[in-house]
Amino acid sequence: MSVAVATDVPRPVAEINAAGKFVFIAGTVLLCAWVLVPIYLLVVNTLSSPQEVSAFPKTGIPSFDFGSLQFFLNFSGVARALWNSVLVAVLTMVLSIGIGAPAGYALSRFDFRGKATFRMLVLMTRAFPLPLLALPLAVMFIRVGLDDTAIGLALVHTTLAVPFAVLITFSIFAGIPIELEEAAWTLGCNRLQAFQKVVLPLVLPGITASAVFAFTISWNEVFAASVLTVENRTLTAFLLQSLSVSPMHLKFAGGAALVLPALIFIFAVRKYLFAMWGIASR
Amino acid sequence: MPQKALPYLLLLPATLFLLVFFVYPFLQIAILAFSGPEGFTLKPFLTMATHWKFQTTLSNTILLTAIIVPIQLVLALSMASIVAKLKTGRNTILYIFTIPLGLSDLAAGIIWLAIFEQSGFLNSMLVGLGLTERPMLFLGYQNLWMIFVAVILAEVWRATAIVMVILVSGMGLIPKEYYEAAEVFGAGPWKRFTKVTLPMLRPSLQTALILRTIAAFEVFAVVVALGGTTLPVLMGETFNWQFALSDRNVAAAYALVILVISIASTLFFLRVLRTPKGATI
Amino acid sequence: MAEIQIKNVGKSFGLFTALHSIDLTIADQEFMVLLGASGCGKTTLLRIIAGLETPGQGEVWIGGRRVDKLPPRERGIAMVFQNYAVFPHLTVFENIAFGLRMKKLPQPEIDRRVTRTAELMHIEQLLKRYSGQLSGGQRQRVAVARALAMEPDVILMDEPLSNLDALLRLEMRAELKGVLAASKTTTIYVTHDQVEAMSLADRIAVMNGGKIVQAATPVEVYRNPAARFVGSFIGNPPMNFIPATKVGEGKWQVAGLTMDGPKTGQDRLEFAIRPEDLTITPGGLKATARVVEPLGAHTLVTCEVAGAPFRAVLESDLRVSPGDDLSLVPKADRVRWFDPETAMAV
Repeated sequence: MSVAVATDVPRPVAEINAAGKFVFIAGTVLLCAWVLVPIYLLVVNTLSSPQEVSAFPKTGIPSFDFGSLQFFLNFSGVARALWNSVLVAVLTMVLSIGIGAPAGYALSRFDFRGKATFRMLVLMTRAFPLPLLALPLAVMFIRVGLDDTAIGLALVHTTLAVPFAVLITFSIFAGIPIELEEAAWTLGCNRLQAFQKVVLPLVLPGITASAVFAFTISWNEVFAASVLTVENRTLTAFLLQSLSVSPMHLKFAGGAALVLPALIFIFAVRKYLFAMWGIASR
Repeated sequence: MPQKALPYLLLLPATLFLLVFFVYPFLQIAILAFSGPEGFTLKPFLTMATHWKFQTTLSNTILLTAIIVPIQLVLALSMASIVAKLKTGRNTILYIFTIPLGLSDLAAGIIWLAIFEQSGFLNSMLVGLGLTERPMLFLGYQNLWMIFVAVILAEVWRATAIVMVILVSGMGLIPKEYYEAAEVFGAGPWKRFTKVTLPMLRPSLQTALILRTIAAFEVFAVVVALGGTTLPVLMGETFNWQFALSDRNVAAAYALVILVISIASTLFFLRVLRTPKGATI
Repeated sequence: MAEIQIKNVGKSFGLFTALHSIDLTIADQEFMVLLGASGCGKTTLLRIIAGLETPGQGEVWIGGRRVDKLPPRERGIAMVFQNYAVFPHLTVFENIAFGLRMKKLPQPEIDRRVTRTAELMHIEQLLKRYSGQLSGGQRQRVAVARALAMEPDVILMDEPLSNLDALLRLEMRAELKGVLAASKTTTIYVTHDQVEAMSLADRIAVMNGGKIVQAATPVEVYRNPAARFVGSFIGNPPMNFIPATKVGEGKWQVAGLTMDGPKTGQDRLEFAIRPEDLTITPGGLKATARVVEPLGAHTLVTCEVAGAPFRAVLESDLRVSPGDDLSLVPKADRVRWFDPETAMAV
């Protein structure tokens, strides 16, 4: 009979041999580089002087010259465009959570007639090319005087964001056992108090994450913004319209302005990314 | 405790909103595409279909999608598999892989412009390595196929993360006992991937493919950033007809074309990748 | 005074009737256990009393007030949930104090009650912790302390011990019994574990298929089951049943043995006897031992009587082997008879 020795350590079921490990690590490094290098190159261009941006050949090393950035920020219309983007994104964020969260709560807690139909409606919106809505809405907005306004564009962006908001808040609320609310009801709370004291503190991080997601969707959106804003352009519309005529360094600085907030936001909510996207995809 | 009306009240804002800002505009698009000065007419569609650009626009869009989506699928599967196997540094690698999620397609277009344009980084590298003497004009209208490649690269770079995230969460749901059982019964790593992972990923694959294909049909800003008007795509032409050519009816017709192929591909994936009842985790 | 009256309460979920016309009165300070298998309706009944479900029909009265249209917070009840429902974002102290704060009690009173109930449940050293840092058993104590701190008229408990491991369950059972008796509160306790029911209850209401089959003291339910279901559900190992045919007035043939039984017009009855009410004596039921399980305190012998399985609990020093022929005599006063059609006691 063999005797078990203290040094016998159970080997993991699928141990990769050395060659496999090398491929694995090489693959990972390559993919990371694939993602990061283009962003790095954008940063290089942004932090170079306008002359360097148009110069050839490029060195790939930023000179930390803020000339391009300065030019960009001082360029006529840019400051306004930035402000408009922020305004529209904030409005979208508030509207989509305000509309979507109650629906997500209702879907998670109640069984009622029409539940399946509503879910169908929400899912259908994901199957449609939503930015196209901007076309008829442009006409509608002209009639009601909403054209070229931040709130008008925010309404279109909210249409983009509401399905996500509903599905994400649905999964967040579904993660809170209803017993917690029921316990609160037996301890003296009415429905609203139970929601405020028990559910809200627990879902706040997740709701914040989906609000940030809505912000990012609005910030990044191009088609509807270009269709609906003329005088009050958002950053995306501005950059798109001026693509053919603007100098290189303007384009890249503008691109960086688009990228940076989104990067920060995604970093801030990375914990929830999977909960959001993974579950919102169902 | 629960009042009967409460769920409906909670749902009301979302339903009203979607009805006004989604259902109604789409009905309008449908109507616009079929209307003219005298009422119902197929003229917009005829104008669209007989326009010299239409064939190329349609084929460009479909071709782009047909190339981009499979590449993204394979890439996303690889990334997801890597992430699933990682132990140390998993969170960092995950964050890196998902960075493109936060990027606008316009930003992605601009980034790859920096690489491909005449004084860009690709040229710099090629000249620096001595592979070419002068910088090449990659994005000129003579090299249509080069613009194609650039768009494909930019889209693959940008949008694979979305597919990856969906697949990673799908993979996370597969209990590892299934892999262990497969291993005990003699399956090697590749077999485990094809016989355990892929089948159990079906719902996620279905979702990811539907979402991504529809988004691919909508490709717009990347193309404009990289190719201007040289590479016509459906979304771009919709935009064009609405503004430059001021014919809203034809724009609506284009919109409907996008809609139809989106629905068609959705139905296709729903059919092909459906899981038999009871065969899910 | 917290007497509870349930009158003609019924509840359906779509086409499924969970409760058929329940009538039950629970005396003030009584410990009533609702016992039954999953799906029998016991939790539904508890939730209707709590106000978490509305009855389709019927009335619920607590302490002389009709409450079935009132929300839970106005019924004077406190509840302990199966999964404890301890609020994760609050400390143990704040959890226990939650209901007291809702009542707007002054802080010194809140402190007094929280420390008192925490000491009662032996969790006074955990007051600053969060539920994520607690074990299942500790969370359960927090849930009980939270309910006790309310000093309610009625405490409702929904299978509070079912998620604990066996040893912990045993300890908690004893603790709960002491704590609840001392608190002098009417208690309704739901469980599927008949040992828990027997141990804790003043009275047990045995439920099956949405109906109360029998509501009586534990001993009564054990000794005099009102229905075949009760006899087979209570007791481990369960009661033995053998078909019996009439051979004379008051005389019945049971597996070849003639014995005295009820005088009734029927030809067939079911003879029932508990495994521990049998002795090995000549002149009894002819049994062939099949499986012998020496369990330490006693020996469980599964036999064959008239071709059907039959269990006997015998003394531990008895030497029996599989294949032995035994003669089992039932204790006369413990024999029970059931009507095979109605499944009720005769």
